[in-house]
Amino acid sequence: MTRRDETAQADPSRRAVMKCMSWAGAGVLWTIDGGVASSVLATGADAAPRAGSLDFVQISDTHIGFDKAANPDVQGTLRGAIAKIKALPAQPAFAIHTGDITHLSRADEFDTADQMLKDLNLPIFHTPGEHDTLDEGNGKVFLERYGQGTWGTGWRSFDAAGVHFLGLVNTVGLNKDGRGRLGPEQIAWIEKDVAHLSSSTPLVVYAHMPLFDAYVPWGWGTVDAPAAFAPLRRFGSVTVLNGHIHQVITKTEGNITFHTARSTAYPQATAGTPGAGPGPLKVPADQLRGVLGIRDIARPHRRGPLVVVDQTLV
Amino acid sequence: MPAAQPLPVRPLAAVAALAMLLAAAPAPEPWGGVAEAVAARSVAIKIANFEFNPGVTSVTAGTAVTWTNNDDDAHSVVADDRSFRSNPLDTGDSYTFTFATPGTYAYHCGLHPQMVGKIVVTR
Repeated sequence: MTRRDETAQADPSRRAVMKCMSWAGAGVLWTIDGGVASSVLATGADAAPRAGSLDFVQISDTHIGFDKAANPDVQGTLRGAIAKIKALPAQPAFAIHTGDITHLSRADEFDTADQMLKDLNLPIFHTPGEHDTLDEGNGKVFLERYGQGTWGTGWRSFDAAGVHFLGLVNTVGLNKDGRGRLGPEQIAWIEKDVAHLSSSTPLVVYAHMPLFDAYVPWGWGTVDAPAAFAPLRRFGSVTVLNGHIHQVITKTEGNITFHTARSTAYPQATAGTPGAGPGPLKVPADQLRGVLGIRDIARPHRRGPLVVVDQTLV
Repeated sequence: MPAAQPLPVRPLAAVAALAMLLAAAPAPEPWGGVAEAVAARSVAIKIANFEFNPGVTSVTAGTAVTWTNNDDDAHSVVADDRSFRSNPLDTGDSYTFTFATPGTYAYHCGLHPQMVGKIVVTR
């Protein structure tokens, strides 16, 4: 298996040295240390970034092209998300987009998303959602746009400020029950990719669908995630980020902490709500931005814990 | 499941009706009789609340089956054996496939494979 040629490799840490402001988030901080999450209220005194510190953002489920009652203006709310990121006290070094960039995988939807996200002025690492691989080639269009430096259906790894990143794809070849699937080829690659790493290396793993079973009747999980995590069990800290379910759920399993993210487009019902389904959920217009959001992930001190802060678009 | 039962199709009767219509003095809607005959060989399946309804549909060979998405989320129609496949269907979008050959065709939604249905085609 050969890796796609990378002509313009991003240097995710290049902005780290430019940071000079105190890092402070509005809301609750989730700190991950040795796999155990704890929360404290954020204050300005928490962390002043030092050289070599890590700071990046996660955006998810932008669903450009969606225009139904749950949010007739997904471009407007994405603009709100971009403004939130640009207003962060310390500018992140890069962004990850955890999928469902578009609603219907149309070229004009991808164009609009790319054009809008340029405004962030950050390198962006994309992994596809099931809404991004609806073309006849099952994701060929996605790979043509975002596949540089990736393997297989678009998975990749990279390092930033001492943290090893695994960007996985679990939305190509979904399982029959609707859950995501990584497939044996990708799982073998994961094992090989982390083999050389010291167990003290913090790992960040991201994908579109939850890599734990958030709610199987709605397909909210990844059928072969346990096999993928087997070679990651030896690591002290594994932070897993995903989208797909348009709401924040945090779950800890030993050394692994899972964080699902809000969408920038529309919310979905809480898992298993009687009478509800996994489709777009309409909330009163004045409450919409309160259920949409972005996420900032920082490791202000080298060798310290990763800090995950979710912010709504209010 | 009313849509599961194909209406009787009598092509010869349709042709006869058309001949009679054409023989008559110019009528405002000369094709009405034919449209009815065509409608008899088409069946509609609704996509709503993350389900295909009806889930199992029996038709005679040559029937055009039309799926219409009534959900706010996108769906698609993909044969398990890939013999047919729709583009993604946004709210209100439809996809039609004509089943020429008898057999049982299992299908699912490409975005939500837990949504499944079956078309049973008989002679």
